[in-house]
Amino acid sequence: MFQHDRLNSEITLFQKIKNLDYILLISVIALSVISVFVMYSTDGGEILFHTKNHFVKLVVFFPLMIVVAFFNIKFWHNFSYIVYLLVIILLIYVSFFGIKASGSKRWMDVYFFVLQPSELMKIAIIMCLAKYYHRLKIENVNSFTSITIVLSIIFIPTIFVISQPDLGTSILIALSGLIILWLGGVKIKYFIYSFITFLISLPFIISFLKPYQKLRILTFLDPDRDPLGAGYQIIQSKIAIGSGGLNGKGFLKGTQSYLDFLPEKHTDFIFTLFSEEFGFIGSVILLILYSIIIFRIIRIGSISRSNFARLFCFGYAFAIFIYIVVNLSMVLGLLPIVGSPLPIMSYGGSSMLATMIGFGIVLSAKINHKQMIA
Amino acid sequence: MIKSNSGIRKTDVINRRMFIIGAAKVIVFVGIVARLFSLQINENKKYLTLSDKNRIREWKLPPTRGNIVDYFGNVIAGNLKVYQLHIIPEQVENFNYLLVRLKNLLNLSDKRIARINKLKAELKPWDSIIVSENLSWSQFVKINNYLYDLVGVKPVMTISRNYPFNDVYTHVLGYVSQPNEQEILDNQTIQERFVPGMKIGKLGLEKRLENHLIGTNAIQRYEVNAYGKRINQLEHQKGKQGSKIRLTVDTEIQKACGELLNEKAGSISVMDIYTGDIIAMYSSPSYDPNLFLFGISQDEWQLIRNNPLKPLINKTLSGLYSPGSTIKPIVALSALENKVIDTKFKVKCTGKMELYGQTFHCWKEKGHGWVSLKNAMKQSCDTYFYEVARLLGVDRLNITAEKFGLGKKVLGNYFDTEKKGLFPNTKWKKNNLGKGWVLGETLITGIGQGYIQTTPLQLCMMTAQIANGGYAVKPKIIVDSNPISYEDAKQSMESGLLFDTDTEELLDKKLFKNQKNIKIVQEAMFSSTNERFGTSYKSRIDDPKYQFAGKTGTAQVKRISKRERELDLELEQIPYKDRDHALYIAYGPYINPRYALSIIVEHGGSGSKAAAPIAKKLFKLIIDRHELRNKQSNFERITI
Repeated sequence: MFQHDRLNSEITLFQKIKNLDYILLISVIALSVISVFVMYSTDGGEILFHTKNHFVKLVVFFPLMIVVAFFNIKFWHNFSYIVYLLVIILLIYVSFFGIKASGSKRWMDVYFFVLQPSELMKIAIIMCLAKYYHRLKIENVNSFTSITIVLSIIFIPTIFVISQPDLGTSILIALSGLIILWLGGVKIKYFIYSFITFLISLPFIISFLKPYQKLRILTFLDPDRDPLGAGYQIIQSKIAIGSGGLNGKGFLKGTQSYLDFLPEKHTDFIFTLFSEEFGFIGSVILLILYSIIIFRIIRIGSISRSNFARLFCFGYAFAIFIYIVVNLSMVLGLLPIVGSPLPIMSYGGSSMLATMIGFGIVLSAKINHKQMIA
Repeated sequence: MIKSNSGIRKTDVINRRMFIIGAAKVIVFVGIVARLFSLQINENKKYLTLSDKNRIREWKLPPTRGNIVDYFGNVIAGNLKVYQLHIIPEQVENFNYLLVRLKNLLNLSDKRIARINKLKAELKPWDSIIVSENLSWSQFVKINNYLYDLVGVKPVMTISRNYPFNDVYTHVLGYVSQPNEQEILDNQTIQERFVPGMKIGKLGLEKRLENHLIGTNAIQRYEVNAYGKRINQLEHQKGKQGSKIRLTVDTEIQKACGELLNEKAGSISVMDIYTGDIIAMYSSPSYDPNLFLFGISQDEWQLIRNNPLKPLINKTLSGLYSPGSTIKPIVALSALENKVIDTKFKVKCTGKMELYGQTFHCWKEKGHGWVSLKNAMKQSCDTYFYEVARLLGVDRLNITAEKFGLGKKVLGNYFDTEKKGLFPNTKWKKNNLGKGWVLGETLITGIGQGYIQTTPLQLCMMTAQIANGGYAVKPKIIVDSNPISYEDAKQSMESGLLFDTDTEELLDKKLFKNQKNIKIVQEAMFSSTNERFGTSYKSRIDDPKYQFAGKTGTAQVKRISKRERELDLELEQIPYKDRDHALYIAYGPYINPRYALSIIVEHGGSGSKAAAPIAKKLFKLIIDRHELRNKQSNFERITI
């Protein structure tokens, strides 16, 4: 009883371990292993800075995920608002005292690594909104007050992140929030109206974009207009992926990345390197792995008794999905270049930290799927 | 109860909405897979090509020029290993220190240092900078001794053109040097094969035969990274050396020509009278073409350019001279052919001839008395030839002269500096000067003065065609793929027709109406050299093996005034510019002749004193080399 109280749970540790979702875990481990090998390839077939750090982060954050999973889902429900507020404070802190790099201020030094709070917001916003809709009476879902509150919850962090500036992450945060609105039952016609409004005001929005952001859109529409400048990344990425063919060029044999034609190969363009070396077959296998993860998260959501867990899982599954889609569409030349990492695969501590915490909460929902939350 | 109801309703909403999203997710993932498929499977080839284009870069290396060899296979334009010094900036620790060290070791000029610094700023850090194109052996050794201290310096061995006989063949071969922009644009082959540092023919045969000599580039394929740095070599494709070209010239004779004309301005040409092979073709003074390979220094260039003896002009082909008395064999032949005179025809020479109040002087003031053709030729009596020319007329003389090659290019297109010369006639004067021909002009044309202008090689060919019995020869300097032996050449010549390998047509080879007339001229030339009172009697060789027949010539470069004629100055007393050109044409051996030559010594004075003695020395060598040459001509092709 004592033990149970401490862990805020009614089940034993043994049961918790037993109740972990092993399909999800194995898929995450498989992806992690792949990511280390790919990182090793970006380092030119040597264990250098990126490989080492990536490996260390996996070793640290994977147990963290298990720790998060062992907390009751109720605990995460209770702390959702606090987590959200904490991340907002971090965002404010960063906007004043953040580390500046390549023209944007989005990082802070937390002794052992450099934290990017906007990445954490991707999870925090799902938690916060899941709790809000969990508690909201269905009758009030479409009330003016609730929609105003919800939109504020979404737009406050989004504005902070945009002003860093970091368009990619802010879009992902906004989309992660909006999906909870959708799942929560906000009328479809509102979505349609806002979408139409968005389309109409698009020229207006574009006029507010920074010149480099406009350039990215122009470049996306026609990468060949400046093949050595703005269009370079996307052209080289397409060449790398296209030249991979069915089987790929082989591990450590991706000439595009090995010879430095590929920019940002550790982070946003990690899939390009993978696809060049492992080809169509490898890419499809990677996509299947991601699909399994998404499917498992949805499944965990659908067996959850509490709507908080359900909303969180469905929301998080969608978020993972949207990260993958945005990243892949970008490297495949289907979307303009917006900085967005590929979960687990890309180098970057904050992104991995957020992803692992997300998986942790999902696993907690699995362990405690019978848990009701008042 | 209400709460749980609401909870269930909410769950339903969430599940329903999730289902819609799930369906959308599947569609989007399928879309991404489709995109992957289109890039990696459908367009794989296109992107694979693009990827290779990204990473593979070709480096062309300068092609190796073909050798030019003389008739005996001696290399006269070859290739030599040279030592160069390169700096690879990215490997240098302290660039300025390195430059100071190199400056001391190699005595580099400040200008050169500035140039290196400029190159360093322009080039990528891994591109090598050429510090010195041609290190001497001692410099190379020095650099190698200090190499431990010269980090980033690379001694490189490469191939460069080399002319082993220095100035001997300059006017024949020309030289190679860095091309300018126009030269690259003008020649498609150069354009295709050009690489920085490559040298092309600038003059002479090097230029004319550029497309044969140039060779093909060796190609190195490297894998490069995004910054263009070479990562590793994928392939090395060997280039083909340019074609080897064999010339008809004999280096021993060519060298002797150079020595005989040492420090004089002039030219010597030697020709095989049957095959037309040019055995020597030397223009003096010459200069060392090796000076041009690595950029000639300003001082050396000024020295060549400002030399009053004009080494830059190829006098054999571009020098235009009045032939003087060397034209007399043609005047005599023309008169005989046109039956204006015969061997018995005599003229009384009193030292001068009056015509319409104008006085035409013979070189011998006292006169030669009654002279026949043979004596007139022997003693080079001007009065006799005034009279013969007067009787013959310039138009008939012109026909004969042009038949024998005067007023036409001898080597056709081979040298773009070759001059046509001029043999005038009445029509020419009317068309070009707009005035009628004056009889006095006919007289001076008869002794090779006036409008008439010839190149030394034309005189040589003219002599050859008299020597071979009056048959046309086709002079050539390049041995074609099946060289014809002189016996065959002689035989086909005497049959009167010759197959021209260039134009592929049968040519009429007979230049005479009656071959007896040729014989008469030959005998007259023989007496001029080998009988007492002959103008070149002192230069004769009695040994029939070497015996030759010839004709001297002394060409005035300005009109001699009455005062000067009376003064009769010695050569040294006349300013160099005003001295007569000395000429000599000859062929030998007199029995069974094989070779003809022409010699001109600019401002050398009289032909008998300045030019004929050169022939004496040269003929010995030419005949001595004859056997060797004959043997060589039996080879179909030589392989070295």
